[in-house]
Amino acid sequence: MRLVVIGNGMVGQRFVEALAARDVDRGWSVTVLAEESRRAYDRVRLSAYFEGVTAEELTLAPPGVPTGTEFLLGEPAVAVDLAERVVRTAHEAYPYDALVLATGSRAFVPPVANADAPHCFVYRTLDDLDAIRAHAAGQRTGVVVGGGLLGLEAANALRLLGLDVRIVEHAPHLMPLQVDVAGGALLRRRVRALDIAVDCGEGVRDVADLDADVVVFAAGIRARDELARASGLAVGPRGGVLVDSSCRASAPDVWAVGECAAVDGVTYGLVAPGYAMAEVVADRLTGGDSTLDTPDMSTKLKLLGVDVASFGALTGPLDVVYNDPATGVYAKLVLSDDAQTLLGGILVGDASAYPTLRASVGGPLPGTLADLMASGAAPVGLPDSAQVCSCHAVTKSDVLDAVACGHTDIPAIKACTKAGTGCGSCVPLLRSLLAEAGIAQSTALCEHFGYSRQELFDIVRVRGIRTYSELVGAVGTGRGCDLCKPAVASILASLGGGHILDGEQAALQDTNDHFLANLQKDGTYSVVPRVPAGEITPEKLIVIGEVARDFGLYTKITGGQRVDLFGARVEQLPAIWRRLVDAGFESGHAYGKALRTVKSCVGDTWCRYGVQDSVGLAVALELRYRGLRAPHKIKAAVSGCARECAEARGKDFGIIATENGWNLYVGGNGGFTPRHADLLLSDLSTTDLVTYVDRFLMFYVRTADRLQRTSVWVGNLGLDYLRAVIVDDSLGLAADLDAAMAQHVDGYVDEWRAVLDDPVKLRRFVSFVNAPDTPDPTISFTVERGQPVPLLSIGTRP
Amino acid sequence: MTVTWTAICRLDHLLPERGAAALLGDTQVAVFRLHDDQLYAIGNGDPLSGAQVLSRGIVGTRGEVPVVLSPMHKQAFDLRTGACLDVPGVGVPVYPARCRDGLIEVAVP
Repeated sequence: MRLVVIGNGMVGQRFVEALAARDVDRGWSVTVLAEESRRAYDRVRLSAYFEGVTAEELTLAPPGVPTGTEFLLGEPAVAVDLAERVVRTAHEAYPYDALVLATGSRAFVPPVANADAPHCFVYRTLDDLDAIRAHAAGQRTGVVVGGGLLGLEAANALRLLGLDVRIVEHAPHLMPLQVDVAGGALLRRRVRALDIAVDCGEGVRDVADLDADVVVFAAGIRARDELARASGLAVGPRGGVLVDSSCRASAPDVWAVGECAAVDGVTYGLVAPGYAMAEVVADRLTGGDSTLDTPDMSTKLKLLGVDVASFGALTGPLDVVYNDPATGVYAKLVLSDDAQTLLGGILVGDASAYPTLRASVGGPLPGTLADLMASGAAPVGLPDSAQVCSCHAVTKSDVLDAVACGHTDIPAIKACTKAGTGCGSCVPLLRSLLAEAGIAQSTALCEHFGYSRQELFDIVRVRGIRTYSELVGAVGTGRGCDLCKPAVASILASLGGGHILDGEQAALQDTNDHFLANLQKDGTYSVVPRVPAGEITPEKLIVIGEVARDFGLYTKITGGQRVDLFGARVEQLPAIWRRLVDAGFESGHAYGKALRTVKSCVGDTWCRYGVQDSVGLAVALELRYRGLRAPHKIKAAVSGCARECAEARGKDFGIIATENGWNLYVGGNGGFTPRHADLLLSDLSTTDLVTYVDRFLMFYVRTADRLQRTSVWVGNLGLDYLRAVIVDDSLGLAADLDAAMAQHVDGYVDEWRAVLDDPVKLRRFVSFVNAPDTPDPTISFTVERGQPVPLLSIGTRP
Repeated sequence: MTVTWTAICRLDHLLPERGAAALLGDTQVAVFRLHDDQLYAIGNGDPLSGAQVLSRGIVGTRGEVPVVLSPMHKQAFDLRTGACLDVPGVGVPVYPARCRDGLIEVAVP
């Protein structure tokens, strides 16, 4: 049977694919009549076209065409004859047994004088964008009429084209449909910060008044129902082809999907409801009886760098508002009048709570708005449909289903749901879901040891075990894995086991420790010399520049206030480090689960606000704790006054100067669940501070779980318990912890210098054992922004 | 089918359970000496990340199976068959390896 589809936009394309997937025996032969001369493309990401993304990259049309389907591009339908059941184009007549209208919508141009002037455009198709770009070349000013979602996007596009941009919106504030006055005011401040002028509450009567080189109308859209009207099909009260909840139009075998459809009189300008309609009609045309359930109007997008998210209803009987102009974050929750049910809401500036809130629409509030805005997501009591793993879009119910059918530990859940196999930052959340499901989780490190990391630490220490083989022989089974070998390597190193590449330890090291460098995606390494507290002399800066230049390395400043050199092949590492060590540098341990850096601000050495010498302290602490291996990496910082320019409270331990000494904060972190460090002790003398940090670190090294950062560890122990152990010596461990740190400080040797002085270790730094002078032929570079970067024919993530 | 063996290095040149890479023609091979001196040789390219790094992975066991864990994203590869235990249908080539008069030899077609 013959099916004619008018329109190959996003929803028209989705419909063709949905039908092809269901119409297995090819009952329908499909003819698609498309007005534009290109196949369907991603209109949601349209503005990416001005950020270097090509039209080809935006296409939604998969290679090849489903069998029995033909696409006639640039061949718009001009008439539909319902009686004859025929669609006419300028050249042909196409009889149909079924007709699907997917004509989308057109940009609405307000009734403004001279709206058809040559410098006026709309912002809807790639051809529009090509025309805008051509016209904008060499021009200076641009005005966008309309301050809604599309208007902000068009403003960003003009900004990317180098114009001075002004937005004119006739409503009292930006995004009037999604955001209320307060939210609009906050959005306006964020947009003005990008030096885009905003004039609200102003209508436009004549384009000439705007006095701009380029004008873009982004004042909303109108369903394209001209074909339907001309053919006699019923249309909605505000335009659009009138259809029922199965998307059936008013004539037999005629359907409408996407923005052109008025479902029970309502048109939808979002792609998600359009896709849902496409699926319904595809099902109907292959014998199904599905209907459209109320479309989800949630959207989350980034406009001009600002996160904006709306979900469910935007107005309701009761509003809870969170407005923080200082950090540029606004949130409004719409509740039922008894405040028991979440009806919808709006987030501006920070949308991290969006997944939890969106999943909770129609149900109880998952937490107070203040908590949600602070922590981003309330893991406990997370609704089943909340997304747990964003890499693979795995929801809580997916995980619980996996648990129900017997996958009761992390590796099994990973294998079954793929959750946690991407970046892995949701693994702790998976563990809490297991706990929530009442699964007694064994604390065993892995299949090879029935003990936790802390228990293994005590066994190694008490029995004086020196090697992995000795340990696995005594209390383990098999020959280990990527969980226990690095953990045991870290324990041996923490207990002064000598150089980590000595003897059998060399076979235990994790990916980066393996060659004392950070492995990159193409098999090359990065090199990070230590720069204590970020303080460096001009001469040493020059040495880093010369080494990078001579070995053709890519250089970048790191988050830890030092310089990272990328692109070193394994066999080059010794020569690079010889140059650095000779110039007085040493290993920066960027590769180890160890202390990384103690960042600093210049403090009272230079700064007029500084109250203590933060740089001096930071240098001393970094040199004290350098090389200290631990359950996970350790980051620290010292700020010279309460302004906290070194961001100490985002660190495992952070120190902030006071008039009388130092405040010590612990357990801060960035990552999956950002957390500000908590104040442990205040107004400490430097000597007391060092003693307490010694004990804090050593106690962490001995008792934390594998790959557990201090933020989680401190959270579990509690500050009072920690203070009791460290200050009041409640466990009688103080002397032991102090001695252990003293041993670490006295025994420190630069790992890289030790490798350079040891031929046995040096011998391993080769490309090939049987061809040491031949580099890995698959490694090659291209140039980007004047620096070498990997040529990405290889090295893509699974 | 005659097999040509190529010597790549001395047995005691390899540390138990720490692999090494060898180049035979344009074939990159990852060679492993286990704790009981058994020898294995597999393709050095990690099929999932595309980088030539398997020789740098941690060696261990999964159940009874001797494996190497890719240093990139820790998928396990059976040293005997080259099969990836974490991603069905993915694997690496396996090459015969032996020790003759203290020299490790590998046969690459």
